[in-house]
Amino acid sequence: MDHDLDAHLADAAAAIVAAVDLDEVRALDAELLGRRSVISTAKKRLGGLEADERRDAGRRLNEVRAELERLLDGRRTELESDERVHRLESERLDLTELDRGRRLGHRHVVTRTWEHLEDLFVGMGYTVVEGPEIEDEWHNFGALNFPLGHPARDMYDTLYVDYGESMSTLLRTHTSPVQIRVMETTGPPIYSVMPGRVFRSDTADATHMPVFHQIEGLVVDRDTTFGDLAGTIQAFTAAYFGADFESRLRPSYFPFTEPSAEFDIRRPDGSWLELGGCGMVHPEVLRACGLDPEEWQGFAFGFGLDRLALMRHGIDDLRELFRNDHRFLSQF
Amino acid sequence: MSVGDLVPLATIGAVMAGGMEISRRQLRGEWSNGMLCSGPEVNLGDDHDGILILGSGHEPGVPLAEALGIRADVVYDLEVNPNRPDAMSVAGVARDLAARQGVPFTLPDPAPVESGEDASGRVSVEIVDADLCGRFAVRVLDGIIVGDSPQWLTNRLVAMGMRPVNNVVDVSNYVMLELGQPSHTFDLDRVGGSGFRARWAVDGETIETLDGVSRTLVDADGVVADAEDVAVGIAGVMGGAATEIDGTTVTVALEMAWWDPMSIARTSRRLGLRSEASARFEKGADPEVVELAMRRFAELIGSEAALAPGMADQRGDLPSREPVRVRVARVNRILGTDLGRDRIVEVLEPIGFATSKAGDDLDVVVPSFRPDSATEIDVIEEVARVHGYGRIARTVPRSGLTGALNGRQVDRRRVRSAMLGLGLDEVMPLPFLAPGDLERAGLAADGIAVTNPLVAEESVMRSSLLPGLLKTLAYNGSHRLYGLSLFEVGHVYRRPTEPRPLPDEREYLAVALAGREARAAVEVWSVLADALATRDYTLVAEAVPGLHATRTARIELASTPVGHVGEVDPSVSEAFEVGERVAWLEVDLDVLLGLSHGDLPFRPFSRYPSSDIDLAFEVDEETPAAVVESLLRSAAGDLLVDLGLFDVFRGEPVAEGRRSLAFAMRLQADDRTLTDAEVATVRQRCIDAVEGDLGATLRG
Repeated sequence: MDHDLDAHLADAAAAIVAAVDLDEVRALDAELLGRRSVISTAKKRLGGLEADERRDAGRRLNEVRAELERLLDGRRTELESDERVHRLESERLDLTELDRGRRLGHRHVVTRTWEHLEDLFVGMGYTVVEGPEIEDEWHNFGALNFPLGHPARDMYDTLYVDYGESMSTLLRTHTSPVQIRVMETTGPPIYSVMPGRVFRSDTADATHMPVFHQIEGLVVDRDTTFGDLAGTIQAFTAAYFGADFESRLRPSYFPFTEPSAEFDIRRPDGSWLELGGCGMVHPEVLRACGLDPEEWQGFAFGFGLDRLALMRHGIDDLRELFRNDHRFLSQF
Repeated sequence: MSVGDLVPLATIGAVMAGGMEISRRQLRGEWSNGMLCSGPEVNLGDDHDGILILGSGHEPGVPLAEALGIRADVVYDLEVNPNRPDAMSVAGVARDLAARQGVPFTLPDPAPVESGEDASGRVSVEIVDADLCGRFAVRVLDGIIVGDSPQWLTNRLVAMGMRPVNNVVDVSNYVMLELGQPSHTFDLDRVGGSGFRARWAVDGETIETLDGVSRTLVDADGVVADAEDVAVGIAGVMGGAATEIDGTTVTVALEMAWWDPMSIARTSRRLGLRSEASARFEKGADPEVVELAMRRFAELIGSEAALAPGMADQRGDLPSREPVRVRVARVNRILGTDLGRDRIVEVLEPIGFATSKAGDDLDVVVPSFRPDSATEIDVIEEVARVHGYGRIARTVPRSGLTGALNGRQVDRRRVRSAMLGLGLDEVMPLPFLAPGDLERAGLAADGIAVTNPLVAEESVMRSSLLPGLLKTLAYNGSHRLYGLSLFEVGHVYRRPTEPRPLPDEREYLAVALAGREARAAVEVWSVLADALATRDYTLVAEAVPGLHATRTARIELASTPVGHVGEVDPSVSEAFEVGERVAWLEVDLDVLLGLSHGDLPFRPFSRYPSSDIDLAFEVDEETPAAVVESLLRSAAGDLLVDLGLFDVFRGEPVAEGRRSLAFAMRLQADDRTLTDAEVATVRQRCIDAVEGDLGATLRG
């Protein structure tokens, strides 16, 4: 009997190793361990044996059964692993052939600069205010201390539109009318910036466009000083350009500010670049907005936004921003 | 040219004023080794009549510049602010510079010899219109000989970009550059009645000006008339031809005046005549420099003429020079400084601002050459400027407010982010259109016109973003860049239906997807709606000008139209030379973002199992899927938690003119597990609703 069991175990082990898939393992499992298996049959016969013999034979049978289970489990694990490997192999992909360069859309460089500046001034405690691009003569000039027929209006090559009375409605030449609207409607204290699209009667070239963008700032409070203006310009310069950029104010003239200044930034190479205009809000402008200049005072500043975009990205022609060539747009 | 004349010779290698380099070359068979030069060729004078013949007393072979005493010099090109006419003269710049440098400034005080009969008896002056002319002064120069100016004076004028003419004109220009006061010279013998009247012109009055042009004046122009009231010059702009001095002139009337700046600006602009003189008058000349300028003129003319004593001099309206009260505390409050009264005086006196104490403050008399300065804030600017902007301590104000974008600005960023996330590129076409662009796009020609456009292509303000985006696609197409997905956020301008002070200006989003069908645009819209948390919208088929008649829908939110989605009318694309189909979405952001959206409260979801039902109906093509969907939604009632169209099928076995719409529905209760019977009831209610109302049939 021992000999038979040994032979059975050897045959079974060979069959298990030879099993090629899990179905065969399952069939072998039934054949070797099921009710009609050699083991089960032998177990049934144990009852007819003497106690001693039965104990030895029983132990032996259990050992064989355990061995068969171990072999079957081992083969099953092997085959399952093969199957996983096979399945993964059959699903192999060349990922490089899948990369079709799907892109996120590209924000226009003017928008990038616009939003960057908004974020920066919001961080400095400012709100962002907007206004109409088609303006009336009062908000664009009159309230800003440009009397009718004043030669200073010639500094702006204004485009007028056919709306209302002749010369009453225009394409705003700066975002300053938004300052007026803020002072008229909100009242002080005001800490706001006004980004926006502006217009001049200019022929397009590398540095001029009939349409471009500006951002202005307005602060009106009880004791806002010229020193505050200079400090704010410097804080902005360091925040936007970097701590190694310096700023300075130079005397200038605008009808709507006094004292007026132009502000320059000094690049790390030592060269100065004129960036924009600024000054203390003119008492006449405050008065035009219904504010008492003895009670309220403040500063305003403004500069071109497109040029900052050009500088940041090393673009040498302003027209490129508005040509909308996809080879340009998709670079940023 | 004759033997013995000395003339300029440009030798081989010399580069002429026009950039031409002299080289050895053959002229009419002869080798030329250089060129004899005319005045203009060496940038001296304006006389093209021939080779420049130099005066005697020069050594042949000496470099021309050396012979003429032209030395290398520095010319400062200054940008002068428009409010500072005083800085349009050498003296004015020197005065400011001296103040900044802390060195004394003195003006020369020429005292030319006077001889002959007093001018006041020989020439009369009358200011008829005091609002036009603030001062009119005339002196007389006898025995003048019109000729060339001395070389040094010519050199200086050329360096300043002025053209030498003759000694009288040159000295007039020189005095203007030096002291800022323009002047005009008349041949006194040709001035009717030997007198002048300063008055407004009569409408239609004509005058022949120095340039030989006959000009018709209007009553807003100022004129200088003679004593017989015949116009002999346009005030501050240009003199008349009839009284011009020439070689026959013996007696010169030298006139210096102060004109109302606005009138000079108006007239010079109207006539297109801008001169150095008008540029100074229109910004405000110094009415008190006249005496000095007259003497300087005579000094420079020198012995070529005799200055008669006396001056005919009248005054009209001049700017007030009342003292300005300047509060020391105010100066410091505006500037953020701590300047004492003495320091303010120290800063103001060198630039000619006379100060006197007034209690703790100052009374300041502004000098006559500073028309820009008339109020306290003007004087405060002077204090800051001369003290030095750079010396004012920088501080950063603390905004007591919270910096933030407002809701609209945050929403606009959401809109952009959604578009960018979908792979759309942002474009920024100009908001101008050419006449006909709107019609070409199938739209009404209702664009607001620009009244003074530089070019026709920029003469209409857009009332829709459609033409601009189509032009952008066409431009890119012309560079073989196809299949672009673009969006723009920008303003459109329309005439309002009700009268309003300003046009109806709105912010729009437009999306153009080249080479794509309406489905792509609807997807963009649904993503945008999700980004703004505005889910309860409906799409209603509508034929819209410019868009595809059968592939366009109006987007409605709470029954309010917010835009359109679909495709561009193929014939419109063609008209713009866009060769591709264009899926299109346009949304009025002013309306959309004005409606309730975003920030929905949390809705708890059920912990109980859900049940799914799939229902496919055969429906007429005319019935929108959205209608079926809304019927299902109301039939399913509160138990419905999700509903979606997952398949559309046309063709056998579905009848012609109909299509199969398959919906997936998920039912769930908040407080229990639904029974099979409950689910079956809902299912039947849905089937009944769709079959009953729409003549649809459930597909097995």
